[in-house]
Amino acid sequence: MSLLDMIGPVMIGPSSSHTAGACRLGLVAHHLLGEPAKTATIGLHASFAKTGRGHGTHLALVAGLLGYSPDDPRLPQAFAEAERAGLSAEFREVDLGDVHPNTARIELRGETGQVMVQGSSTGGGVILVTQVQGLGVNFSAASPTVLLRYQDAVGMIARVASTVAADGVNIAALTCTRENRGGQALLAIELDAPLSPEALAFFTAWKDTNWVRLLPKLMDG
Amino acid sequence: MNAPAPASAWVLERDCAETGLDPEDIRAEMLRRIGEMRASIERGLASRAPSITGMVGWNAQGLWEAPDVLNAPLIRRVQAYAMAVNEENARMGRIVAAPTAGSAGTIPGALIGVADHLGIGDERLVAPMILAAGVGKAISKRMFISGAAGGCQAEIGSSAAMAAAAVVELLGGTPRAAVQAASMALMNTIGLVCDPVGGYVEVPCVSRNAFYAVHAVSAAQLALAQLESFIPPDEVLGAMASVGRMMPAALRETAEGGLAQTPTGLAVTARMEGREPEGPGGMVELPMA
Repeated sequence: MSLLDMIGPVMIGPSSSHTAGACRLGLVAHHLLGEPAKTATIGLHASFAKTGRGHGTHLALVAGLLGYSPDDPRLPQAFAEAERAGLSAEFREVDLGDVHPNTARIELRGETGQVMVQGSSTGGGVILVTQVQGLGVNFSAASPTVLLRYQDAVGMIARVASTVAADGVNIAALTCTRENRGGQALLAIELDAPLSPEALAFFTAWKDTNWVRLLPKLMDG
Repeated sequence: MNAPAPASAWVLERDCAETGLDPEDIRAEMLRRIGEMRASIERGLASRAPSITGMVGWNAQGLWEAPDVLNAPLIRRVQAYAMAVNEENARMGRIVAAPTAGSAGTIPGALIGVADHLGIGDERLVAPMILAAGVGKAISKRMFISGAAGGCQAEIGSSAAMAAAAVVELLGGTPRAAVQAASMALMNTIGLVCDPVGGYVEVPCVSRNAFYAVHAVSAAQLALAQLESFIPPDEVLGAMASVGRMMPAALRETAEGGLAQTPTGLAVTARMEGREPEGPGGMVELPMA
């Protein structure tokens, strides 16, 4: 949290939690898909479902899926822009259990890949991403974040950490979850600076790696 | 004796040490955001277009163009600026959340309103704006800044405290006076519920920003006259956090209490949901967009 999160974000109204935060959740899915989105199924939980329509939450989520930031003047026309871009979005009300009332679950498909992101908008435009591809994470996109999905293997975190260090970048926080021993694992690494394309390509080349994405910093501060 | 360093200098130094950001970048970005605030004031004063629901949209211009029968030009300016920003917000216009979108008018209303009244340029608003942000950050660390979390006392109370400190610094008050102003502004918003009609950021949000922008200027006036918050700032913050936790969910942005549950509030809600209004509030006429 920086001073620029308190006087900011610059955004399209009317609600920092229902509009700006929703847009940023859409942006997370947009960056993690890594290709133009074709279909989106968006589950809205509690307050997002109940008061979202009047707050432009649906528009903001779709704007994020198109890669627009919370201050993009096209945000109020996001549905028309999505149609033009060939993205169809479907909303449904969901009960995600004991999570923040402003939570969305986004399933996004492109030509070749798909991504599932669940996250909450916690106030003032701040978000918390809680699931990616069905595995638990805990990051706010306040710094560049690398997501790496791999087959659980001994020494993977050490290899990743040394590659990041060799790239001259510091790790601010790291979460690792896995389905089960030897199953699919997900690393979310929050960094002080973005990783180089070479380092990302190096990760991708490893035989245990299934999926690598660099999510840019989405917050102002 | 030298004047003490402004409180914003301390805030900026501390924040940059914590985040690693460059102080000059923060200053430049704050100046740009002050420009964004000003642009939203200008668009808001120039428009009478209705909001999403049609409940608001013409109040800022209506006030701005009405005769100033009380001969209180500062108050009228502060109120009109605050409402202009929040009406822009309510019609999905571009605003600067400060600290949230629902409370976006209070700081520009108070700070830019006072500056324009006194003929002070935007460059001199950068340091006060940094102080405002520092006050917001201090509140959010101890408590909450959203109506959903702690009622409107948390949302507009925070923006009023931030604005009060900023106005004190703009007018050359000491760091102590700035903190006292923030404390007094907070002390006098405790218990304020978040009860938006239909759940929309329109009624009472737009006029509430106008009222609390003036409230912030009042707090600054008292602090600049050396008056102090009888309850120390930390204790005020603690009291507010405790009241926020006691507040039932119906009074925290759910539209299940307060103004949202009046006959008129319910009729507007029914209309927005495409239902027939029931009861006496069914008489309400909305100029729909």
